[in-house]
Amino acid sequence: MSDTFIKFDNVSFAYDSEEEQPIRAVNDFSLAVPEGQFMAILGHNGCGKSTVAKLVNGILVPTKGKVTVAGMDTADEDKTVDIRRNVGMVFQNPDNQIVATIVEDDVAFGPENLGVEPSEIRKAVDTALKAVGMYEFRKREPHRLSGGQKQRVAIAGVIAMNTKCIVMDEPTAMLDPQGRKEVIDTVMKLNKEFGITVILITHFMDEAVKADRVVVMDDGCIALDSTPKQVFKNVEKIKALGLDVPQATELVYRLRKRGMKLPDDILDENECAEAVLKLLEVKK
Amino acid sequence: MLKDITIGQYYNVDSPLHRMDARMKIILTVVFIVSIFMCKSFEALGLMVLFTLIVNIISKVPVKMVAKSLKPIVIIVLFTSVLNIFYIRGGTELVNWHFIHITSNGLFTALFMAVRIVCLVVVSSLLTYTTTPTVLTDSLEKLFSPLKVFKIPVSTLAMMMTLALRFIPTLIDEIDRITNAQKARGADLDNGSFMQRIKALVPVIVPLFVSSIRRAYELADAMDCRCYTGGPGRTRMKQMKLCPMDFVWLAATLVYFAGIILLNIYFKAVLAK
Repeated sequence: MSDTFIKFDNVSFAYDSEEEQPIRAVNDFSLAVPEGQFMAILGHNGCGKSTVAKLVNGILVPTKGKVTVAGMDTADEDKTVDIRRNVGMVFQNPDNQIVATIVEDDVAFGPENLGVEPSEIRKAVDTALKAVGMYEFRKREPHRLSGGQKQRVAIAGVIAMNTKCIVMDEPTAMLDPQGRKEVIDTVMKLNKEFGITVILITHFMDEAVKADRVVVMDDGCIALDSTPKQVFKNVEKIKALGLDVPQATELVYRLRKRGMKLPDDILDENECAEAVLKLLEVKK
Repeated sequence: MLKDITIGQYYNVDSPLHRMDARMKIILTVVFIVSIFMCKSFEALGLMVLFTLIVNIISKVPVKMVAKSLKPIVIIVLFTSVLNIFYIRGGTELVNWHFIHITSNGLFTALFMAVRIVCLVVVSSLLTYTTTPTVLTDSLEKLFSPLKVFKIPVSTLAMMMTLALRFIPTLIDEIDRITNAQKARGADLDNGSFMQRIKALVPVIVPLFVSSIRRAYELADAMDCRCYTGGPGRTRMKQMKLCPMDFVWLAATLVYFAGIILLNIYFKAVLAK
């Protein structure tokens, strides 16, 4: 892990509302994301995680505190384009972020906006579509694709800008299991092979488990922040925050409560099965 | 089922007309439309019909499909013809019965009008049959780009058009979903008098507007994230290039245009000025 890429310094943000009190979404929030990290943000609805996503690339500007991306302040309007070139964003609804009627034209949208040479755009678009495995679909119309495919086109649109970081705001919430797997596999591949920093906001624990780091948010603040293994040890705390733990973790947690000697850092089915086997062998 | 609609009426085959640069196609269509209204003699009219037929054959679009695009204008053609027959006076009188007077001039004008409208619609629908809406928008943007001098936001308007086209299937899906949701709650959308049915549409239209506005906000955020500023400095991946064949088309159209003018000069004008 190298230098800090994204940095939140005591950031607060409040939405204006019709009532007298503005609605506080993020409260004295500090976070540093190193380059190349795959970070997941968890939290129940209304805990401020979408606001954090929008603060990263300057769609929202903090009411207090400072957000910097590669040393650039998001509040500085001259830097907005540079910041957005570095931090791409993928939203929940794939239909609302695709702008063109042909897949390759949509992927080209970002580089076109940046004023890149036509031949260079062609190369960037082809590379991006190959990276997300959508190259064969380049001439298709987006509305004929499945949700997972659309979301991968949206990801291609982001990486065609040569972005260093992707922020994803519940990219799999509207997808079926197959689509979810496609998207998460693509994201992990981009993180591992291209070293792209990923901030994944999600409701799905099995997605969070795959991250390098998990941040759990509650009421605009950080409740837990560590590796998945460390975070999901706190089963009671996570449940108190209105979230679930991965199924395997839940199972082991209940077994441990019954007095079985199992490790407390189990995240997936395989680990769980092995641990239980080991326990059974010891008993023999 | 509704997802399978094609946007616009593009007919996907490969023909010389499909390959022609869209900007050239638009310009030549305009030239042709001008020529339509210049025909004054039967000979010129004949040349125009011939040209229309040749273009139709080259385009490889089935005549049946082209005829379908004429359906909506049948009434207009009939209406104007009837009006022309009864109201234009001059030339030899053919029928004179009580208040009905039909003259040769009226008959000819009606015929010219009908043929002109039909050819106009055929050629302009050939333009949309052989060009995808996206390419059409892009070339309109290119053609109107000189207007930027007068501070007309041509590229922004073209972007609006592209987005409108892009969201047609999405909105159709949405209407489908809302209609089903309202039907499931007992809304009766298919029966009742005309007024009742219009009123029954309100519960479909209101949610459609609300969700469209929400979509627009999300789309604006997404476009912001992808560095769209609406300002200058935007490039395009697909560059339009004129090829030699486009100039062959240009030459052919100009020869045709000259032919119309010559036929007008050498043959007697049928229509009164």
